Amino acid sequence: MAVETRAVRYRAGSLQPRLFKWLALSSFIAVVGVLEILAASGLLPPLAFPAPSAIGAALVDLIQSGQLWPHLNASLIRLAIGWSMGVSSGVAVGLVIGTNSVARSLGMPWVAAISTIPKIALLPLFIIWFGIGEGSKYATIAFGTFFPTVINTYGGVNDVERSLIRMGQAFNLKRRTIVRQIILPATLPSILAAFRISASIGIILLVAAEMVAAQHGIGAYIMQQQSLFQLDRLMAGVVLLMLLGLLVYGLIALLERWLLRWR
Amino acid sequence: MQLDLDGITHYYGELAALANINLSIRSGEVVALIGPSGCGKSTLLSIIGGLLKPSAGTVHQVGAAPAGCVNPLTYVFQDFALLPWRTVDGNLRLVLKDHGLSRGEQDRRINAVLEQTGLADFRAAFPKQLSGGMRQRVGIARALAVNPAVLLLDEPLSALDAQTRTILMDEFSTLFASAGITAVYVTHNLGEAVRLAHRVVALSRRPGRIKRELVIPLPLAERREGMAELAACEAELWQQIRAEAIAADQELAHGS
Repeated sequence: MAVETRAVRYRAGSLQPRLFKWLALSSFIAVVGVLEILAASGLLPPLAFPAPSAIGAALVDLIQSGQLWPHLNASLIRLAIGWSMGVSSGVAVGLVIGTNSVARSLGMPWVAAISTIPKIALLPLFIIWFGIGEGSKYATIAFGTFFPTVINTYGGVNDVERSLIRMGQAFNLKRRTIVRQIILPATLPSILAAFRISASIGIILLVAAEMVAAQHGIGAYIMQQQSLFQLDRLMAGVVLLMLLGLLVYGLIALLERWLLRWR
Repeated sequence: MQLDLDGITHYYGELAALANINLSIRSGEVVALIGPSGCGKSTLLSIIGGLLKPSAGTVHQVGAAPAGCVNPLTYVFQDFALLPWRTVDGNLRLVLKDHGLSRGEQDRRINAVLEQTGLADFRAAFPKQLSGGMRQRVGIARALAVNPAVLLLDEPLSALDAQTRTILMDEFSTLFASAGITAVYVTHNLGEAVRLAHRVVALSRRPGRIKRELVIPLPLAERREGMAELAACEAELWQQIRAEAIAADQELAHGS
């Protein structure tokens, strides 16, 4: 009787997702192309959704007319200042809450209570406190980015391998050395994750605050175009926000690669 | 420096881990602590070095630490406990940091221990680039750099494969024999214990008590892998703890 012989089939090939760069890029091109065709054929009314070419033209016009820079500059400065204040204080508070029992007992309930408030709801209050100008915008962005940073940093400190801290204690290292040389670097991945989350939140709050009260800024620009019913320019502002988000994510990815090169 | 353990008793909540351990570790002596898993030998080692507070009893340090010692009771950890973001050099430098040593003295010590452990060519490497054996050599170098009075080794070879273990065991043997080091060596491997220790202390299963002490009657420098005398000691110890090990194996896990 013949013995049946078969090759063993490879079974572990599925569920290993990869990112094909060409596919990622072509999805962008495809969506833009389809929208353009729909617009050209009249299926997409320009009063509801302008053609990508019109949005592109509005963007070029925005750059050439010199209007872009004042808006972009105002937004970038607000985001940079508000976000830096929020994350730097957030990392510091997260480290203290993560390493000190008194700070944890006093801080955690407040963080839990305040972090669930939609921060944009505080903008009217901040306008009263800090004025209609830049102060209230910095405060809103700082306040909104502070809490997710605290929560992520504190969670990261909790997850630091206990054995590394014990090692520091076993070699009689000072508390300060253990926090700076062991806990802080071990928490860095969580802190960088907090940078990502808080950058998105920061952009949301930036635009919202600019929509409420600002002369310049991408949010203000979008509101102005809405009141003029200039949909192509409005969409150009939205595209600018997309680009801003991509830029910020790219910068954080670079920072991550540099700071976590030991991984 | 001599260590005297005086009535060490420890509970984890309701669970008795160690019951009234009295033991002296004399200067220049290597004592191996063995026992079935869960007998509290690692707990005892943590208590000896001040990383765990015993429920009762005291560990006394008798006599002065050697000259140049910046951390008398120094651990070598089972999982190495190296900082992955620091190089070999950086890992050693960290533990010399808070002890008022000059930069030159730090360099001198690091060079000396890297040379001694065969790591001189690896000082710029990160831990993840090293094999398990090399990582533990870094752990040993780090411990030696502080010029300890007593080395506390917590299953230092358990995370390594059998071949690497044999090689590192030879290196430990040379180190203990030449330098006159005082050490407490926790292991569950009887072969390591009879090869490396002057005296083997066997603990009973939980709650750990001293069940048997055995002095290995051969100088460290004369011991070799597979010697009949060592095999006899190993067999004798196994006779003593075999029943305990079987009973411990069949115990239900209790909390931690």
